[in-house]
Amino acid sequence: MPVNAVADYDFPANDREENFHGARVIYAGWDKHLMFSSPYAWPLPPDLPFAHFLAGPLAEAFGQHPDFAKIDWSHAIWTKNGEAFTPDLDKTIAENGLIHKDSLRFETPGLDGIGGQFI
Amino acid sequence: MDMPAKPKKKLGLKERYAVMTRGLGWEPSYQDIDDIFPMDSFEGIKIHDWDAWEDPFRLTMDSYWKYQAEKERKLYAIIDAFAQSNGHLTVSDPRYINTVKMFVNGFAPLEYMSHRGFAHIGRQFRGVGPRVACMMQSLDEMRHAQTQVHAISNYNKYYSGMENFRHHHDYLPYLQVPKSFFEDAATGGPFEFITAIGFSFEYVLTNLVFVPFISGAAYNGDMGAMTFGFSAQSDEARHMTLGLEVIKFMLEQDPDNVPIVQKWLNKWTWRGVRVLTLVAMMQDYMLPKRVMSWAEAWEIYFEENCGALFRDLERYGIVMPPCVEQVRKERDHLSHMAWCQFYQARGTSNFHVWLPSEEDMDWLSQKYPDTFDQYYRPRFEEWRRMEEAGAPFKTTGINMQCQVCQIPMFFTEPGDPTRLAQHHCHHEGEQYHFCSQWCQEIFEDEPEKYIQSAIAGHDVFKGKAMRPEADPTAEDFNPAAEALAFWKLENGRDNGLHYGSQDERNFSMWRGLASSNS
Repeated sequence: MPVNAVADYDFPANDREENFHGARVIYAGWDKHLMFSSPYAWPLPPDLPFAHFLAGPLAEAFGQHPDFAKIDWSHAIWTKNGEAFTPDLDKTIAENGLIHKDSLRFETPGLDGIGGQFI
Repeated sequence: MDMPAKPKKKLGLKERYAVMTRGLGWEPSYQDIDDIFPMDSFEGIKIHDWDAWEDPFRLTMDSYWKYQAEKERKLYAIIDAFAQSNGHLTVSDPRYINTVKMFVNGFAPLEYMSHRGFAHIGRQFRGVGPRVACMMQSLDEMRHAQTQVHAISNYNKYYSGMENFRHHHDYLPYLQVPKSFFEDAATGGPFEFITAIGFSFEYVLTNLVFVPFISGAAYNGDMGAMTFGFSAQSDEARHMTLGLEVIKFMLEQDPDNVPIVQKWLNKWTWRGVRVLTLVAMMQDYMLPKRVMSWAEAWEIYFEENCGALFRDLERYGIVMPPCVEQVRKERDHLSHMAWCQFYQARGTSNFHVWLPSEEDMDWLSQKYPDTFDQYYRPRFEEWRRMEEAGAPFKTTGINMQCQVCQIPMFFTEPGDPTRLAQHHCHHEGEQYHFCSQWCQEIFEDEPEKYIQSAIAGHDVFKGKAMRPEADPTAEDFNPAAEALAFWKLENGRDNGLHYGSQDERNFSMWRGLASSNS
């Protein structure tokens, strides 16, 4: 339903990709690790290799957790906006088909947080 | 010129009321009334007889001034006494001061916004009865903002996190939640605004705000805050009645109004409860001497009181907002999820946080037997171990936020406390994320509005959290440090852990000086 307004109401979306100086916003959260209360957001260059994303921004955000160093990325299970997603670690963000404001989640089988308690 | 002497006639109460409220309006003769009041019809609310409005209070401006001036005199006498007797040192525990910080940063600016909103609709309603009522509420809200700021200025002389309350309300990430809530209401039409603020916030949810803060102040020895609470209380009773009156008025005027009002009640109950996440957290984690748990407050003030209210509205065809089902499921999780978030993201807050003590956790287990020990205690215990090991857990990443309520996406699925909820949709080639089905429904009803949300984390990425003199091309440019400088947050003083903070040390030292000779 369109907005109810006294006059014409047509404004551009505030968070269009062009407003991010060449980066695109990508979100990622680590399932079963609720020590991190929510997923994080990053402005990523589209030509950033996915492996660099994992080793850089993602590791910086989640690296404090003792499970992080044990992750075998070849077994991680990913979703993108709720649908199955298989990233190619050697390809870039763009080549992996990731677009602005995609939301990734990953699960790491065998690693279910501290004491297996999803922490 | 000689004026003919007239015998002075004192007006009776009823007569005076008629002259000083209804008598202030007039029929326009040379302007179309729709041109004078262009905003009270576009929302689709149909009013056939504005005179059918019942003034719940019959208050006239002259007695309004008299009452308010009397309350003001009493209040300022107590505020002065509080200042002169170092009242800030009589509070239960220095942790309490953090609730005062949250109040002045998060809540007092909303009172001011409410003043603006009611002033606006006090101009826009064509019925003179509601116009006068809204004008008085507008003045009340201005007074509340002022007295709150004045009462809390006593704390600002000694503690951090309050001196930039206006700037922080506008820019600090966590404060964008209450700010955007009110801006959403104020950018609706006059009927939506009064449903959102006058009814949903001031009637349905008001006790859930008032009790924790004001009883919390009383329990924790904060005379200043307690007094402004009580000074505002008689106004709040009038606001509640106005809120209820306006809802009944809309529902009685035309059956076509019912679905519109229901839609707003659904939206604003949800928006209100999302904002109250902060209050739930304050109540369960921040008050050193607790009043009651969030869960208990919800049972009394929502389930019992509002249950009766919604049963009363059934005769108009109004039903309990469906989101309440989810609020019930989140009841025993809300405050815990929020404190976990604030604990780890403490670098960007203007108040201090701490881990609950053993005693605190035992109280929480007792109040939340189905959730605390199973889901939250183990997290706090792990973080305790990390603090003791000298490496406290802290995050510096920017959270993903909900497009509507703007809260970081920390809410778990209503039926599964181990999985974070995420909802997602597309609109005109852009994608959007939500914490819940309810925020998504609000978005989808008016996407043109919410695509403009200023999401705090995104603004950092866009370079908006920078002072004018910042040079992001400089070699040594540090975006995180620049964001703190832009937010006017002094790292290590305004933010971080309570124990060991400057505020905690000063409080202990000053209280020691006040109560001993050494």
